[in-house]
Amino acid sequence: MIAPADHPLLVAEGLTKHYGPHLGCADVSLEIHEGEVVAVVGESGSGKSTLLGLLSTQLLPNSGSIRYRMRDGEARDLFALGEAERRFLLRTDWGFVHQDARLGLRMGVSAGGNVGERLMAVGWRNYGRIRAEAESWLERVEIARDRIDDRPDTFSGGMRQRLQIAKNMVTRPRLIFMDEPTGGLDVSVQARLLDLIRGFVNDYGLAAVIVTHDLAVARLLSHRIVVMRHGRAIETGLTDQVLDDPREPYTQLLVASILQA
Amino acid sequence: MSDAASYNFAYLDEQTKRMIRRALLKAVAIPGYQVPFASREMPMPYGWGTGGVQVTASVLGADDTLKVIDQGSDDTTNAVSIRKFFERTAGIATTTHTSEATVIQTRHRIPEAPLGEGQILVYQVPIPEPLRFLEPRETETRRLHALEDYGLMHVKLYEDIARHGHIATTYAYPVKVDGRYIMDPSPTPKFDNPKMDMCPALQLFGAGREKRIYALPPYTKVVSLDFEDHPFEPTKFDRGCALCGSEGIYLDEVVTDDRGGRMFVCSDTDYCESRRAEATEGGHALHEVPR
Repeated sequence: MIAPADHPLLVAEGLTKHYGPHLGCADVSLEIHEGEVVAVVGESGSGKSTLLGLLSTQLLPNSGSIRYRMRDGEARDLFALGEAERRFLLRTDWGFVHQDARLGLRMGVSAGGNVGERLMAVGWRNYGRIRAEAESWLERVEIARDRIDDRPDTFSGGMRQRLQIAKNMVTRPRLIFMDEPTGGLDVSVQARLLDLIRGFVNDYGLAAVIVTHDLAVARLLSHRIVVMRHGRAIETGLTDQVLDDPREPYTQLLVASILQA
Repeated sequence: MSDAASYNFAYLDEQTKRMIRRALLKAVAIPGYQVPFASREMPMPYGWGTGGVQVTASVLGADDTLKVIDQGSDDTTNAVSIRKFFERTAGIATTTHTSEATVIQTRHRIPEAPLGEGQILVYQVPIPEPLRFLEPRETETRRLHALEDYGLMHVKLYEDIARHGHIATTYAYPVKVDGRYIMDPSPTPKFDNPKMDMCPALQLFGAGREKRIYALPPYTKVVSLDFEDHPFEPTKFDRGCALCGSEGIYLDEVVTDDRGGRMFVCSDTDYCESRRAEATEGGHALHEVPR
């Protein structure tokens, strides 16, 4: 673990989720520190997305708990929060970047409206200021200012992902969840997006949980890695340590299966 | 034997009226909150005021005087047939004068003459949910209301300004009721929004197809949503009524021929008629009616 002395931002303990008779994920414990990027890797069906859903409180676990250190410094049990508090957390201190931008954006609303929504939800009522803030965030994610009034359905896949990130970043979250953020994008677009995310992590001290099946993404972005299989976290550790010297046979298989360029 | 004898008073059976009154009481207790009710099949198609008619039927008493307007007018088909419907089924008095009415059913206008205590204004509502076009899921919009999560509503106004340079919504302009619920004032022109605020009359809203009732008790604070730098502005007209000369009222455009001739007249026919009657009594000449 990194610097055991400082207080983690989020502590998950024994998260277990069943879908009827099927196991989603079992007994997963995880700590996330401020400014830290944790990658969750594994094959499809290994419980990655379930874990992300649990951590972001969009799913309720059968057992286990999550404590989160709020902006006021107080650690709270997330599943004991009221729904209003949880929603507030999700749209201020947290972000969620979906693989499918349609889930994270309002496709019928302009780019500016998408970015401004969170600001309006926390009480901004000055059109000029909302627009200026939206413009500055579009610029930061490399979307031209003159696209501010265009709808995301006129945007390319890469732009949609970047718009999603701007929409999440506008309230300066401390923790962002990403579900395969580079899925379905071509390699050069992926690279730019990864650069952007890395930049935000450095500039804003953002912590992130990134679910990916792409070990290259994990290596490039994350400090720590969680390898999942059959709903369990089978190996955790520093990213380069796990990827360069995998201990578990399954992790070895996973690492060995990367095509060497 | 009168026609009324073959129906229960005001068409609906007493159990239904009690059910609707219970919904109304709840709606009055929680201003702006949409109360579900078991809307009945009425002898008219949805979209013709089935919600309003059921609310009216439930609040009418034998000594009430009913006025019905459709876009401000007492003499359009919808207004005339609903008025006749209650004349036949309730045998109550009807009027076209705003000041004489105790119950006014309206489709999309608030009369120009100020309403007073003891009057009831019943709105016909097609789509009661102000967030509907932004969020199609009813389960989600209910949750948004419950949690007072209203950022979305301002997104719509934001989009208006981004696209048109100003808030282009001119009717069904969303309002916040008593500092809590966001409410669709039914498709009344935004010109009428200020009249809802602190109105001495009881305002009831019925949506028959959507099976919702909501209400504004007398003297409820009703604020039209806006931005600090784009404040709410009611529609203004640069002219007066071509018939009665009134200004500062809501005007209808009437096409008078097929060569582009048109005139602007009061949308509220009762208001226009009373103004003209006053003018004749006072010895003023009537305005020329353009041919």
